Amino acid sequence: MLEIRDLHAGIEGKEILQGLTLSVGTGEVHAIMGPNGSGKSTLANVLAGRPRYEVTRGSVTFEGKDLLSMPTEERAREGVFLAMQYPVEIPGVNNIYFLKAAVNAVRKHHGEEELDAIEFLQLAREKMKLVEMDEAFMNRAVNEGFSGGEKKRNEIFQMAVLDPKLAILDETDSGLDIDALRIVAEGVNALRSEKHSVLVITHYQRLLTYLVPDFVHVLANGRIVKSGGKELALELESKGYEWIEQEAVAAR
Amino acid sequence: MTAVDTFTTIREQAAQRFAQLGWPTPRQEEWKYTNVAPIAKIDWRGVGQAPSPVPPLPQGQAGAPDLHMARALVELVFVNGIFVERIGDGAPGLRVSRLADESNEHLAKYADYQDHPFTALNTSLSNDGALVVAEAGAAIDGFVHLLYIGQGDGIWSHPRNLVVAGRGSQLTVVETYAGDGRYFTNAVTEIVAEDGAVVEHYKVECESIDAYHVGTVQIHQERSSSVLAHSVAIGGALVRNEVNAALKGEGASLTLEGLFIGSGTQHLDNKTVIDHARPHCESLELYKGILDDNARGVFDGRIIVGVGAQKTVARQTNKNLLLSETAIVDSKPTLEIHNDDVKCNHGSTIGQLAEEPLFYLRSRGIGEEEARGLLIYAFASELVDRMKVEPVREAIHRAIFRKMAGRIPERRGGNR
Repeated sequence: MLEIRDLHAGIEGKEILQGLTLSVGTGEVHAIMGPNGSGKSTLANVLAGRPRYEVTRGSVTFEGKDLLSMPTEERAREGVFLAMQYPVEIPGVNNIYFLKAAVNAVRKHHGEEELDAIEFLQLAREKMKLVEMDEAFMNRAVNEGFSGGEKKRNEIFQMAVLDPKLAILDETDSGLDIDALRIVAEGVNALRSEKHSVLVITHYQRLLTYLVPDFVHVLANGRIVKSGGKELALELESKGYEWIEQEAVAAR
Repeated sequence: MTAVDTFTTIREQAAQRFAQLGWPTPRQEEWKYTNVAPIAKIDWRGVGQAPSPVPPLPQGQAGAPDLHMARALVELVFVNGIFVERIGDGAPGLRVSRLADESNEHLAKYADYQDHPFTALNTSLSNDGALVVAEAGAAIDGFVHLLYIGQGDGIWSHPRNLVVAGRGSQLTVVETYAGDGRYFTNAVTEIVAEDGAVVEHYKVECESIDAYHVGTVQIHQERSSSVLAHSVAIGGALVRNEVNAALKGEGASLTLEGLFIGSGTQHLDNKTVIDHARPHCESLELYKGILDDNARGVFDGRIIVGVGAQKTVARQTNKNLLLSETAIVDSKPTLEIHNDDVKCNHGSTIGQLAEEPLFYLRSRGIGEEEARGLLIYAFASELVDRMKVEPVREAIHRAIFRKMAGRIPERRGGNR
């Protein structure tokens, strides 16, 4: 589904990803872990097409198509979803209105009939239950006045409604209490199927207790230095990141 | 001397003052940002009689408003400044009449015809307009609509309105200015809020894109009165909208809200003066501008806190959104404070659409143009959503979409 080859990318002239290669198959859940500054969020942002991030080398294909040449909205329409680390507040833009516009933009892209207000509300209500979100949130402005946990839940809610092929969770677990963490994980688990892939970017192991990954990769200094199964996450939790960084340096 | 004679005298004085003052020039501080030479050089003529029935306006015109407003208690329609039609029965405690038929002690008492050339011109030449009175204690449920339509080239009109909210009354008045042609509207509205009165006033300027509009809303507030005045500027080639308020009674509160949306080569100038003359008064002011193409916007807001106005609370904010490299806005918020016991602040911002929200919307599949449209509307909606009178809110909502048709896709832009 997603093929990243020798990706070099950065921001403001600073190269942060330095030759990252990763392959995510359909239906797989991959976790990317790593210390602060290793390039985790840069990877998420480059995949979503955030402005100011520059790719200097390498390629990313999504279902065989060149992802990097697509504008941000086209990536989303093709089925890439980024749950953001810091969802922005957008006063004046109604949550439900915004999401309906998004759903219909995606449907239109695939030549599907657009949903009318009633059909959309049915879909939204169903997904709201999934993330235990109060309907009152829907009539508020996007993320405005939401707590940290509510913002993250709203990300997962949007993901559930948009039903992407590839969901990228950028530190979605940061700042969440245990209940919110469980809700977020349940939301993601509901999306898991042989058709959906998930890339979980996290500093900590705790989300992975609820959201068990098929593969765990360790990112250090802009490249993947170690890959393994779910047990790697536990090892990182008990031993920290230092030993891996040392291993990586020794291997050079 | 009768009131009518008094007004005749005032007219003569005002005519003399205009003869002395002449048209203002940008050399005068008050007119620094706005050159009215294009207005001054035209040999305007007034019309004695208005056509009947009201001629329809061309549809689809940028910024063309919904003219008649459903659900108004009373609507007075004027064409080129002359009364043509009255619709609606009114309500108990509400008196709406042609100013030409009446006299009122408050007339021309507040709007300054001594030093303001356009007010002097209006005062000397106006021969029609509306008198809206809420009797003491009357809580008027609903609103009065004054509709001024300009038609044709080379015609000027001088609408004059007087709104009086008696002691403890509640009153909402909406003025709409619209039309077709290269005409000039020079309007003055005086608003009097007596003790404890609650007044909501809307001025919706949607003039023809070739028209000139200069207008003053002059607000006089007595003790514990509360006034909320909205000023929307969408149409017109050259527009100067002044709102001046004098808080002359203790405990009065005022909210001034303005929204100006310019495109093409429009020039939209907003000038406000809030005079805190008495203690314990509060004023909140928020003006927002959206400027596209080569349009120019001005916000020149002054708050004066007098020596005796202790415990004044005043907040003044102007925010502007520039949508093109060539759009200009001049923002000049000013505070003049003459005593220590006050809480006042002011500020202004000028910026473009923020990158983060734009990215967020696009990352969900919404196209760039549409995302920009949503954010532009969102910028305006802070003010529109606060308008309490639903038909007005809806009309302004639609006017914004017509005005920004190339920028805001209508289908997507709703706020519900």
